Amino acid sequence: MTTDIIRLTAAETAAKIASGELTAVEVTEAHLARIEAVDEKVHAFLHVDREGALAQARAVDAKRAAGEPLGPLAGVPLALKDIFTTEGVPTTVGSKILEGWIPPYDATVTKRLKDADVVILGKTNMDEFAMGSSTENSAYGPTGNPWDLTRIPGGSGGGSAAALASYQAPLAIGTDTGGSIRQPAAVTATVGVKPTYGGVSRYGMVAFSSSLDQGGPCARTVLDAALLHEVIAGHDPMDSTSVDVPVPPVVEAARNGSVAGLRVGVIKEFGGEGFQAGVVQRFNESVEMLRELGAEVVELSCPSFTYALAAYYLIAPSECSSNLARFDAMRYGLRVGDDGSHSAEEVTALTREAGFGPEVKRRVILGTYALSSGYYDAYYGSAQKVRTLISRDFERAFESVDVIVSPTTPTTAFPIGERVDDPLAMYLADLCTIPVNLAGNAAMSLPCGLAPEDGLPVGLQIIAPALKDDRLYRVGAAVEAAFVTKWGHPLLEEAPQL
Amino acid sequence: MTVTDLLPYEDALATYDPVMGLEVHVELGTRTKMFCGCSTELGAAPNSQTCPTCLGLPGSLPVVNATGVESAIKIGLALNCEIAEWCRFARKNYFYPDMPKNFQTSQYDEPIAFNGYLDVQLEDGEVFRVQIERAHMEEDTGKSTHVGGATGRIHGATYSLLDYNRAGIPLIEIVTKPIEGAGDRAPEVARAYVAELRELIKALGVSEARMEMGQMRCDVNLSLRPRGEQKFGTRSETKNVNSLRSVERAARYEIQRHAAVLSTGGTIVQETRHFHEEDGSTTSGRIKEEAEDYRYFPEPDLVPVAPPRDWVEELRSGLPELPRLRRERLKTDWGISDHEMQSVLNAGALDLIVATIDAGADGAAARKWWMGELARHANESGVELPAVPITPVQVARVSALVAAGDLNDKLARQVIEGVLAGEGDPDQVVDRRGLKVVSDDSALGAAVDQAIADNAAIAEKIRGGNLAAAGALIGAVMKLTRGQADAKRVRELVLEKLGVQG
Repeated sequence: MTTDIIRLTAAETAAKIASGELTAVEVTEAHLARIEAVDEKVHAFLHVDREGALAQARAVDAKRAAGEPLGPLAGVPLALKDIFTTEGVPTTVGSKILEGWIPPYDATVTKRLKDADVVILGKTNMDEFAMGSSTENSAYGPTGNPWDLTRIPGGSGGGSAAALASYQAPLAIGTDTGGSIRQPAAVTATVGVKPTYGGVSRYGMVAFSSSLDQGGPCARTVLDAALLHEVIAGHDPMDSTSVDVPVPPVVEAARNGSVAGLRVGVIKEFGGEGFQAGVVQRFNESVEMLRELGAEVVELSCPSFTYALAAYYLIAPSECSSNLARFDAMRYGLRVGDDGSHSAEEVTALTREAGFGPEVKRRVILGTYALSSGYYDAYYGSAQKVRTLISRDFERAFESVDVIVSPTTPTTAFPIGERVDDPLAMYLADLCTIPVNLAGNAAMSLPCGLAPEDGLPVGLQIIAPALKDDRLYRVGAAVEAAFVTKWGHPLLEEAPQL
Repeated sequence: MTVTDLLPYEDALATYDPVMGLEVHVELGTRTKMFCGCSTELGAAPNSQTCPTCLGLPGSLPVVNATGVESAIKIGLALNCEIAEWCRFARKNYFYPDMPKNFQTSQYDEPIAFNGYLDVQLEDGEVFRVQIERAHMEEDTGKSTHVGGATGRIHGATYSLLDYNRAGIPLIEIVTKPIEGAGDRAPEVARAYVAELRELIKALGVSEARMEMGQMRCDVNLSLRPRGEQKFGTRSETKNVNSLRSVERAARYEIQRHAAVLSTGGTIVQETRHFHEEDGSTTSGRIKEEAEDYRYFPEPDLVPVAPPRDWVEELRSGLPELPRLRRERLKTDWGISDHEMQSVLNAGALDLIVATIDAGADGAAARKWWMGELARHANESGVELPAVPITPVQVARVSALVAAGDLNDKLARQVIEGVLAGEGDPDQVVDRRGLKVVSDDSALGAAVDQAIADNAAIAEKIRGGNLAAAGALIGAVMKLTRGQADAKRVRELVLEKLGVQG
């Protein structure tokens, strides 16, 4: 029974709760039992809020009993990335510097989930401050990829993706600054969406790089992601960069998947050196399938994309060097050296020394340097120009195509430890995802097969223009349906039993 | 402590030409903070007016206060500035415990207002034009209280207390272009500029601009160059000079100090200096070996501010009459001299007099009370004139009672005294103290008879036609009625009773 419940999609679970076939408490208990059973091996969660989850589930059941209307995801459990503040529940952002901090307020995303009666099971592991592509930069230890626990689950949102892929939750929330939703989705055979910048409120989402960060839905199916997208998206007066336009009709699009007559772009610059053969093969098959489904495939060139990674590694560290300045031991979080023998300045320095991991320090130093007087124009200034050029490349591309497709990440999941001492190799994992953040567009990753050489999942990235998030779901749903028909089952069912 | 050498002021100015730059921070009087909804009310318990945003908690985000932007534009327009069509906030990065995010949300190379001027009038009526570089929006920091040190500064303190109620209160920083050509009047120009700016801010209604409350704070940058030289000398930056008098004194002190250093072949170090109210001196703060690197960059959490032109024009057309022009108009209306007007301004009586006139008093009476009796009272009790416990409406009422003949001057002063003593409104004081002028004949008749009886010799002189002697009898009646008699009527009665024609 438990096994059946945890393998349901979010849409199915919600329907069963609404009809009375299952109670929210039963569903929640099944997932808490699953976490109990497998998370010691996976380490997807940093904090499980058993009591909070059950209380929320009981409230949903009471609501139903009282005949009150339930939202489309009422009673469905969710794993929340530990970057969103949760009132009364620890929020660490994967960092020692926030160990033990209990936020006094809920992020807008957290609040919207609660208002929609979604059951938050707990907080998921991540690269410290969302800086990384493997979740190895978490101060609380790595997360294993459910396909092979010795391999990375992607990052920074490896915990959320691993929770989905190991059936510990049917829904999860991630954040994507350079690929942190999409790359974990790709290497775990799950679905992850980075909405248009400004589509989902950043209020209460601990900032890494403000102009790039975007929260988004993670799920095992395109429809589930759409249902979750609709719950968390929409204008928020607490976030000045939140767009004040109606949420694109993502659920309707996910229910009406189709690519007939659609123009699909393939970008020349995404391919070649550094791309694993099996990834390229599965990607090419996907393009072929899109053509068979009635899409017109157009090859495009986006020459500025060559500079995306370089621009990103100036902009993101610059913003983070400023965003992370507040962690000074004065008001919250870790405090080191406060024994009466050190000045306030020294306590701040000792705390940051002890509280931040090497990747965070690397980026803070890099960003501080890039913003320094005399270097600003050459580094931050040039990077902003590249950013403009990348946006223009996208604009030009979207004049001739409706969506763009690419591999989500150049390789399948690599072994834990393989790239920790080689930051440049690590950064390459986000080669195809970063341009989207720089331009503020919407993108999705969904499974497109296993690489023949290692039997690990490959992700297909779909990119849509800003505010056209619904196109991701229309195309994604059609691709997903075609693949499931081809394979006879969702890809994730091929993952080994834990 | 080393003794600082000063050159006599006249000697300094004989050789050197001062150049000043004034930076004034004004705390706006908005109801809420610049980037969150917390109250800006002063005097609340420490840290009671805070939220995730102004505490800089992880995940929090700023939202711009529209009234703050409106106030900034009004200030810019009143300072004859251009208003940016599009501008951004920027982060000024530096670590300090009273700054919750360790960056200040400010503006850098895209201020909301720029390229303006303010005409200021000196004591002798000369008008000096101060060029304005820019006015930009930013947020205030929290407040540190350093406990245990000798100086009240962080150095040497055993611990520090932090109050973030002030963190995020909107500030407008107004920066002048280098003020040149003021010569020996530089300190006076500095004072007049800050005074005029304060009047302007108050007239705009965007802040009470009370310097003693820290709502307006001034930094005085000053350098000297040899007379005839074009190139600026090295400047010192005297921080937090927080009264008009101090602004003048700080400028004067720095001129004398720089001159002493330069005239003995020394060089001025670029540094910040602290001003000391007690003796008007400045002392060295931290030395700026190189310009501090604030690593400014556009604030990515806020969208650009692009005030529509029609809104800016609407604000422009709604600007109040500028203080200097208003003063000119009032001076003409009242028919007073420059000197008298200056006294009114120095006493801080202008708005009180205007309000008293608005409440029905005539101009001369309003000026007389505020510049006389009430100014004296303020002086004696050591408070500013506006803090004297009487309102313009009450003063106007006293004035009306005098005009109607219900009070004479002496009684009116007693009424004022009663109001100041907290005995109530003028009419209540009149009733309670029984101060009404007695002009009714039956009441006065007895007193006149008594006075004639008591002063038979004088009465005889009057009967004999010596009308000048009537004053003595009137005085006697006034004494008998404790000053409440209507002197004019008493005179009539005295003459009538003695059978003499007045």
